[in-house]
Amino acid sequence: MSHSPTASVSIAQHEVHHESPTPIGFWIYLMSDCIIFGALFATYAVLGGGFAGGPGPKDLFEPGFVAIETALLLFSSITFGLAMLQADKGKRDGTMMWLVITGILGAGFIAMEIYEFHHLIHIGAGPDRSAFLSSFFALVGTHGLHVTGGIIWLVTLLSQIKIHGLTGANMRRLGALSMFWHFLDLIWIGVFSFVYLVRLV
Amino acid sequence: MSADTHNSHDSHSGGHGTMGQLMVGFALAALLTLIPFYLVMAEVEMSRQTLVAIIMGLGAVQIIVHLVFFLHLNTKSEGGSTFMAAILAVIILVIVLAGSLWVMHNMNENMMPMHDMEQQLEQMRSLQSQQG
Amino acid sequence: MANAHVQPAETFSPIFGRLTLDWIPYHEPILVATFAGVALGGLAVLILMTYFKLWGPLWRDWVVSVDHKKIGIMYMVLGFVMLVRGFADALMMRAQQAMAAGGSEGWLPPHHYDQVFTAHGVIMIFFVAMPFVTGVMNYVMPMQIGARDVAFPFLNNFSFWMTVSGALLVNISLFVGEFARVGWLAFPPLSGSSYSTGPGMDYYLWALQIAGIGTTLSGINLIATVLKMRAPGMKLMEMPIFTWTALITNVLIVVAFPVLTATLALLTLDRYADFHFFTNDFGGNAMMYINLIWIWGHPEVYILIIPCFGIFSEIVSTFSGKPIFGYKTMVWATACIMVLSFVVWLHHFFTMGSGASVNTFFGITTMIISIPTGVKIFNWLFTMYKGRVRLEVPMLWTIGFLVTFTIGGMTGVLLAVPPVDFQLHNTLFLIAHFHNVIIGGVVFAVYAAVSYWWPKAFGFKMSDKWGKRSFWFWLTGFYFAFMPLYALGLMGVTRRMNSYPDAGWQPYFIVAGFGALLILMGILCTFMNFYVSIRDRNENRVGNDPWDARTLEWATQSPPAPYNFPFDLQVSGREAFWTMKQQGFTWPKDNFKPIHMPKGTATGVLISALSLAFGFAMVWYIWWLAIITFVGMIGLGIAHTFNYKRDYYIPVDEVAATEAKGAAV
Repeated sequence: MSHSPTASVSIAQHEVHHESPTPIGFWIYLMSDCIIFGALFATYAVLGGGFAGGPGPKDLFEPGFVAIETALLLFSSITFGLAMLQADKGKRDGTMMWLVITGILGAGFIAMEIYEFHHLIHIGAGPDRSAFLSSFFALVGTHGLHVTGGIIWLVTLLSQIKIHGLTGANMRRLGALSMFWHFLDLIWIGVFSFVYLVRLV
Repeated sequence: MSADTHNSHDSHSGGHGTMGQLMVGFALAALLTLIPFYLVMAEVEMSRQTLVAIIMGLGAVQIIVHLVFFLHLNTKSEGGSTFMAAILAVIILVIVLAGSLWVMHNMNENMMPMHDMEQQLEQMRSLQSQQG
Repeated sequence: MANAHVQPAETFSPIFGRLTLDWIPYHEPILVATFAGVALGGLAVLILMTYFKLWGPLWRDWVVSVDHKKIGIMYMVLGFVMLVRGFADALMMRAQQAMAAGGSEGWLPPHHYDQVFTAHGVIMIFFVAMPFVTGVMNYVMPMQIGARDVAFPFLNNFSFWMTVSGALLVNISLFVGEFARVGWLAFPPLSGSSYSTGPGMDYYLWALQIAGIGTTLSGINLIATVLKMRAPGMKLMEMPIFTWTALITNVLIVVAFPVLTATLALLTLDRYADFHFFTNDFGGNAMMYINLIWIWGHPEVYILIIPCFGIFSEIVSTFSGKPIFGYKTMVWATACIMVLSFVVWLHHFFTMGSGASVNTFFGITTMIISIPTGVKIFNWLFTMYKGRVRLEVPMLWTIGFLVTFTIGGMTGVLLAVPPVDFQLHNTLFLIAHFHNVIIGGVVFAVYAAVSYWWPKAFGFKMSDKWGKRSFWFWLTGFYFAFMPLYALGLMGVTRRMNSYPDAGWQPYFIVAGFGALLILMGILCTFMNFYVSIRDRNENRVGNDPWDARTLEWATQSPPAPYNFPFDLQVSGREAFWTMKQQGFTWPKDNFKPIHMPKGTATGVLISALSLAFGFAMVWYIWWLAIITFVGMIGLGIAHTFNYKRDYYIPVDEVAATEAKGAAV
């Protein structure tokens, strides 16, 4: 037997207390979600030139509009960061206030996106017009759905913090939502650079 | 066990960064956002390729800024698992994006490119409608 | 008879969507007979369950259970049930092709035959092979690392029931409407709305999407389990090989399945909302679908086979009485396969116009990936070398695997050569190749795993006699069924043919059909084995370590207590259980402490039931039902997060009583 002399098994002296698997589990989920976006970015990259005689990026995209959307998301990332700092200090009211502001900024972003989509469909540049628009709507829409999901989660968590306070379980959830929110902002960097700006130069 | 709801949150302390980190991250992110938007909106005179490279490069830098300052990615947390997972995700993303572009580009080169096919189809349609 | 099928007219009503009575196939005798069989069988089960008052225990002990062992067993049951369905499809195809030569049309019209081969592929991969490997990982892996359960027990239950919902949706298509007629990966434009009208293709999309959610979540869960729930002291490089392969498989699941999810979602948008990703017009490109689906598809075959490599590693080591040869090379070979499996996908479509440079790259990577697999084969052989090999049933499967899988691997390397592939693409040679590796690899591994871990799960061994019969029928049946297909493939016979003109091919198809009958005997022997083993369980009772094994799952009772281990273990070194035996370890008989465990919950099964109704509603355009069930799923999920009392303690008395029944070791 090639067992090293150090091999041993014994009853653990202290009750084993595993660290919460939630942070790493949620991080792994984010990585997998990231690959969904990767597939959508790849689709946009490959099919983004398929205009089928329809309108192209320069006919449709407004950099100023996208800049405001970007600002909303970036500010919401900061306010979430401020909420986390409050939560780390155990200040429930401060946490909730910054979370509410984050949610409002997120809702503003979603409202702008809905307006943009509605406008595009209205002028005949809906997803059924060309492969370019199909891949645009799918990618940006998926990001939007994620933000919407994040807002629903945020509202849920607000009520849970209201009921139970900043308990261990709620802190874990807040940590996960914080990762989710920053992750969506990170995806948006790819969107505004690759989907909008690069196609406008 | 995840069922453990009474875990105090001291295992999180330090995991969320500091005010300083947040503000440095914010400043960098804002700068890295403003530059590409300025380049596009002010219609700066530069070759298209340079502009695309700058925009994509700044985007990549900003993603790293977000990872470090907002998501607090480092090589130590969770025994390095977080970092490993991120590296693997980046590798897969590169394979999916670059691989798809490479494969599909070659296919379009060798087979009939889509826009040619569309043009031909349109010609056929117009011929049909003339005959009909 | 052929082409006699008339698609029911497209109608739409606000209440039933496009579902009309015409979609119930009461005019097809095969389906009516099947339905009668399923209905009668189902009724008999319902009556028996009611008579023996089993509904309560079924619900409490199984359906809502978050115990990884129960969930693992339920995955295996799902796998075997769906194996019967998928194999019935295989028999129908073999019969059709044995008959339909030289002008004969056989007995299955194209409309039906095309559904059969699509369903066969979809079911065998997604609802047989995947549940099998997930089930074994679920059952064995947490115990191998000395854990009490997985990292997220509720999520585990939810993942399982989502897989069941997907499987049910596929089976509903048998009796309500139709299934897809597009092949198992549903390439557009054939699978697009222009060429696949009717609900069949939509059943495909929603079934895979629902099951895929379960698979991805289960992957995340099991990774977190390996990373966070190991017994203190157990380093990564000291984990059992099966745990390593489980970790790597789940990493592959987590990075590959999102691509499938996205791809199927895009096709769904094409079909439902008039998008143009993969259409022939408006700038769409069907090749992009083929590119994306194989980015998922190739890692998927490694998702299936890698845990099987782990299973064989445990079995070879146990029955040779030696530690695995080349532990580190085994781990690194698996890790190499993980990464390499992502850079070979184009070999599935060499013939589709990528050109010499691209084909060369992917041909070479494909050949490279066979190297780490070869390393493993030699590791197993060297483990047996100079070992005291015991030819028990699990070991028979292992040796059958080594021979069969090596042949399959070599035909795979042939296909990796692009010019050869141009000859063999989409021929029966390919079919023979992947059945060679999937049956020889995955099926043999699952059978080996079932016979190996059965005594752990139930406390008694399976029948040797029926196990050997099953093995020999499967092994010979496989060679009879698929060697003729290699020959046919070399003659240029393409796959999925409903009939063929050349009567010279018919003898080969008849031999293949005979092979399928032998496999049928193998499957019947398996079920006979279940029956006989359970009937004679009292004669076959064994202790906690019937095989003289080496890894930690054997340190529990057989069957294991709900909490697996009465005390937490401190581990160092590989093969922890072997170390325990060397040290003369015994579990203490007193000083038990209350054990902290997760509570069962019905949320998982309820959300999954809603997802089934949602899938059905989407298939049939029953929009009101789709909206209600979707909102219901979200609502239930949110409501679940308001429940903060998800754990309990097993009191000391109960632990003591359980341990008194038969302390492990």
